Amino acid sequence: MTGNMPTRARASPAASRVLRALRTVVVYALLLLIALSTALPLVWMVCTSLHPPHAQLPTMRTLFAPDGWHWDNYSYVFTFAELPIWRFAVNSVLVTAGVVLLQLTLCSLAAYGFARLQFRGRDALFVVFLLTMMVPAQVLIVPLFALVRHLGWLDTYGGLIVPYPYLSTAFGTFLLRQFFVGIPTSLDDAARLDGCSDLRIFWHVILPAAKPALATLAAFAFIWTWTDFYWPMLATSSTTMRTLEVGLSVFKDAYHGTRWPLQMAAAVIVLAPVLLFFLVMQRFFVKGVVLSGLKG
Amino acid sequence: MKSVERPSWRGYLFVAPATVYLAVFALLPLGVAGYLALHRWHLLKPEHPFVGGGNFTALWTDPFFRQAVSNTLLYVVLSVPLGVVTALGVAVLVAQPLRGMGLFRTLFYIPAVSSQVALSMVWIWILLPEVGLLNGCVKWLGGAGTTNFLGEPGWALLALVAMSLWIGLGPRMIIFLAGIQSIPGSLFEAAALDGCNAWRRFLHITLPLLAPTMLFVVVTTTIAAFQLFTPVYVMTRGGPRRSTDVLLYHIYQEAWQKLELGMASAQSYVLFAMILVVALVQFRLLRRGWTGVSMN
Repeated sequence: MTGNMPTRARASPAASRVLRALRTVVVYALLLLIALSTALPLVWMVCTSLHPPHAQLPTMRTLFAPDGWHWDNYSYVFTFAELPIWRFAVNSVLVTAGVVLLQLTLCSLAAYGFARLQFRGRDALFVVFLLTMMVPAQVLIVPLFALVRHLGWLDTYGGLIVPYPYLSTAFGTFLLRQFFVGIPTSLDDAARLDGCSDLRIFWHVILPAAKPALATLAAFAFIWTWTDFYWPMLATSSTTMRTLEVGLSVFKDAYHGTRWPLQMAAAVIVLAPVLLFFLVMQRFFVKGVVLSGLKG
Repeated sequence: MKSVERPSWRGYLFVAPATVYLAVFALLPLGVAGYLALHRWHLLKPEHPFVGGGNFTALWTDPFFRQAVSNTLLYVVLSVPLGVVTALGVAVLVAQPLRGMGLFRTLFYIPAVSSQVALSMVWIWILLPEVGLLNGCVKWLGGAGTTNFLGEPGWALLALVAMSLWIGLGPRMIIFLAGIQSIPGSLFEAAALDGCNAWRRFLHITLPLLAPTMLFVVVTTTIAAFQLFTPVYVMTRGGPRRSTDVLLYHIYQEAWQKLELGMASAQSYVLFAMILVVALVQFRLLRRGWTGVSMN
């Protein structure tokens, strides 16, 4: 409250209240518009999936008023003989679980080594890890395909799961290392005085303390693997080994431009689990941003 | 305490699994891709003659490959600045201390975690002539509403750009938001007392302090833009008239339709080189811009 307060700050309280209210209205209007654009396609998808299976594409007018709501579209998609959607779902669950577990194991062990132990060449090796993040996965796809074919793993769970984490092993190690470094070493030292080995410290001290970071990595790995399309498309050829994401594309091609309600029912089935997962786990996505040190 | 610092062989045990993994599934394929790129390597032909730089010189004069390069660059040049600016704008909006911001953040993130195949199917509908959402809006505004957005070379790439803004909004926004929230509020209060309006506060406080965040978002957005694939595969298959034939889709066809693995590997290396060069240039430019601003 010094003498050089600018005059504008002393505008009448009523006027400034009106201005502030106006700004709030504008902010909300903009946000609502954007939210509409991100949510409306999903609403359209769900509504269309309940239209009569042979209906024309809905327009904005008919979207909420079809000739009856056809929940049986879903049972039709679930029992469609050429597209065993249950099998796709099982495949997606197995592949995703496998990748997430493999990822957590490899990354947490390596992160412990980089964060807590001294060894020759440690920093150089860590730089190599970080450099592999720069390599686009697509450079690796052709040789990986050849490798998997050579191993006889095409069209198997091994081929779908094992070469997968090229996507994120380095990222995961980096993320977990950042977190492990922040765990006070006094905990390890106490355990070490009690005669604990590194493996026991890792298991009984570090991992329990790092649960949020592990959950974050698991959340990212889950989304990346579940929604990935390129690798499962190449690594599988028989219908029974397809994942949901690939199966959906096959389904779409089978009904090219027709039977939209059925296509959308299939799309909703593929989308629903991953959206639910995101809603439950969303705080870990935000945490990942903070953990990787990107706060600015 | 001392025992932690002493170099020991145990560190190798912890980093070994991830290191071996990256060596086999990232570094080895990178080398193999380099080897393939120097050969004429058809998947089903028995002999694979060494051609040296032959694949690369052939690419240099290949009009279709050149078009794929220019399509990719056009897509990057359009989608990256637009994507970064819109995400920053939205981050500033959701950073306002108003009710319901958590809900908006969640809604904005939804496309990013959704199945890209399913989203592409919705976008096919949005862009359809006559019945599509976009043409519906055009009609409502008094236009003809008959544009076939995915069928006309000028529009199809723009449609993919629009879709990328929408899909990438959530993650980019969250990263910017974390950056904005880490700026001490006292800075804004001091500036407000000095009579700075919101726009000047954004220009002189938020933007300079966000420079490291900006660098990260720009680089990751660029890398992702170079690797556009799934929407092209589902929505346009590179058409119409090759106008959306971006590099990764081109490589996909070279490898898995023509089965020319050598040529596809050479193309992947060109893509890799482009990503590296652009990322390095961005590092240089943005780092300089950052120090330049903070010195003022």
